[in-house]
Amino acid sequence: MKFKTFAIFVGPSLFMMIVFIALPLISVFFQSFYVTQPVIEQVEVESCTAGFLTQNCTTEIKNQPVLDENGKVMTRTTFVGLDSYRNVVQPDRVAAAISNADWRGLMSIDFWKALRFTVTFTLITLPLVIGVGLALALAVNNATKSIRGPVIFVSLLPFIITPVIGALAIRWLFVGDGILTRLMEAYSGQDIAMFAQAWTIELLMLFYRVWHVAPFAFVIFYAGLQTVNQDAVEAAIVDGASRWERLRYVIIPHLMPLIVFVALIHLMDAYRVFEEVVGFRSQAHVISLQWLTYDFMEPDDAGNRAISRASASAMLTMIGIVILLVPLLRRTWRDHRGSSH
Amino acid sequence: MKMKTLLMAGAVAVTATGAWAECAFQNDTTVKTLSAGFEAWKSVTEAMAECGNVEAELDQEFRTKQPAAFAANPALYHIGGVSNGTITPLLNEGTIRPLNDLVEKYGQNLAPNQLIMVGDDIMAIAMMVNTQALTYRADIFEDLGLEVPTTYDELFAVADKIKEAGVVDYPLGGMTMSGWNLALEWINMYGGLAGNNYVNADGTPNFNNAEGIQALETIKKATEYMDPEYLVSDSTYVQQQMQQGKIAMANLWASRAGAMDNEAESTVVGKVNTAAAPLPAEGAAPVATLWWDGIVLAKNISDEEADAAFRVAMEGLDREMVEANNDDAIWIVEGYQPGRLAEGAIATATHAPAPVSYPSTTEMGLVHTAIGNQIPGFFTGEKSAEQALADAEEEYLTAAREAGLIQ
Repeated sequence: MKFKTFAIFVGPSLFMMIVFIALPLISVFFQSFYVTQPVIEQVEVESCTAGFLTQNCTTEIKNQPVLDENGKVMTRTTFVGLDSYRNVVQPDRVAAAISNADWRGLMSIDFWKALRFTVTFTLITLPLVIGVGLALALAVNNATKSIRGPVIFVSLLPFIITPVIGALAIRWLFVGDGILTRLMEAYSGQDIAMFAQAWTIELLMLFYRVWHVAPFAFVIFYAGLQTVNQDAVEAAIVDGASRWERLRYVIIPHLMPLIVFVALIHLMDAYRVFEEVVGFRSQAHVISLQWLTYDFMEPDDAGNRAISRASASAMLTMIGIVILLVPLLRRTWRDHRGSSH
Repeated sequence: MKMKTLLMAGAVAVTATGAWAECAFQNDTTVKTLSAGFEAWKSVTEAMAECGNVEAELDQEFRTKQPAAFAANPALYHIGGVSNGTITPLLNEGTIRPLNDLVEKYGQNLAPNQLIMVGDDIMAIAMMVNTQALTYRADIFEDLGLEVPTTYDELFAVADKIKEAGVVDYPLGGMTMSGWNLALEWINMYGGLAGNNYVNADGTPNFNNAEGIQALETIKKATEYMDPEYLVSDSTYVQQQMQQGKIAMANLWASRAGAMDNEAESTVVGKVNTAAAPLPAEGAAPVATLWWDGIVLAKNISDEEADAAFRVAMEGLDREMVEANNDDAIWIVEGYQPGRLAEGAIATATHAPAPVSYPSTTEMGLVHTAIGNQIPGFFTGEKSAEQALADAEEEYLTAAREAGLIQ
């Protein structure tokens, strides 16, 4: 392909990626080293609030931001180095917790609690999504032609549902007096509260994510199965290979690039787990890194947004994703180089 | 950490066109309001809508939407519904306007205690006071021969008896949703024990102490009588539990009590009474904070719009509205007759020693957020009470440094 043609095709997408991904990333990177604070003055004011029947007036010294001539809050931005990262990661407490072998102490720090959940969530759902997706694909591939269409349609349904809505649906099914909780209570004769402790919530989250994403893996693998070389499969049968051996030595090696692709996409998606925390309202029990960043961004009850800490947390999340992806990317790179010669 | 699901937002839009039968003037300017979604706001915005061209948005997430919406130029809403907790960011950022001239022009019917003053400026018009009151099922108390509890110890004793009798699913309900709600429970409890001493004069935190721990432990004990999923239970949920006869008692917002007699929703009409919020210990103040709710006007709107918005607001806060919706709130507008369900809130507010009036300060906002983020860990069993308060203290200090309050 001529370079000019190549540039014309790639240009728009490159431009979008620079504007919407690279530039914000650079900006977040710099923001994580700076803190912007309002200029505060102390004023003595008499303020009156409403009581029942009477007005309560008090004179007190109040800290309030200084407004400039346009009525905007005056701010000053200072370079704080790694302070925001320190506030998020809290290395002193981590060191103390590790030297005391105090797991609970470590988990009482939001960042580490979120990291623990995010990593376990990602690593547990990964094999499940690939396994369930592959099993579905094999099952559909072996099903009679007449029912294939409906089966594919039904298997794809969970993937179509908006993630937040799906999470909400699960919550409503399993919350205190939800229909499935009632059924389980009737069956077991015990009072069941699925949202009262962390492990049941995490279990529901894992179940929900696998249910939601497995159809994606299924579609990819099913497409891959259509390209399996039938001669190789027949040769394997002639050689006396069992069904399992055919899967292990013929089909899976053939699907390997697709498995790596699904794993890559899933790692990136699962590490950004967020909808489950919001949909299940699990923030007391279970939080994720993406949710932590969002929580820093939200204004607190004084109206302040912790932009610097949010930036630091976002950068740390990104570093986490990169670390997880490195082994897979290296593998793809090797394969790519191997095949291009 | 505020309650911030996008989902429970329950945004209700009440748009009225044409019907200004009961309004003194015909409003031609579009007026948009953003407020919380409890009964009193429904009544007030419906009364405003009678003037025409009023678009009311009632949203329990207003707390997070308001600062940004009012900072826009022009502001996205003209009228904001606020309380002494939620006015702080608006005051700090200077996005609401002083109302002195408008009050002079149209505010003849306002009582002096409706004017919220900062220095010489009238920054808001209050319409109601709000606080917590013990809401309980009078029929169950009568059947079982129980006395209305005045302290938390008595409350637990009563709860034990109700549990034994097995007449409801759970003896107690609580506004203990992790985040803002749970933090307020603690703030109320700590205020009852220690008064308005959440921060020191120099802005450093002052809650990691014996009273702070006692407050946490008392709430934890109360949760043993609640639905085990109490960490997702907000005030709407408690209101529904009460309405559906699933709980027998709750220390609940006074503004929620009126809903117990709403025949369209409630199965316990006429069976619920209110009493003063219980005391955390003998001689302490009730487990409650005093709040007011009222309206503010955005700064970034034209003077004509502000004029129209204020006139509409005055129509929403007039005697007719109060007379038609007397039991929705503890109104401080003339014409209000305290009803049966208001007894508890008035008893709370007039108790001696009085509960803390929730401070409208930046420091309080930071305390509220830090407590809301850190104490849920104590309730899930991840942290000790000391650790939870130490964590909250640390988060407060970080946030206060970032906000420029302390060095």
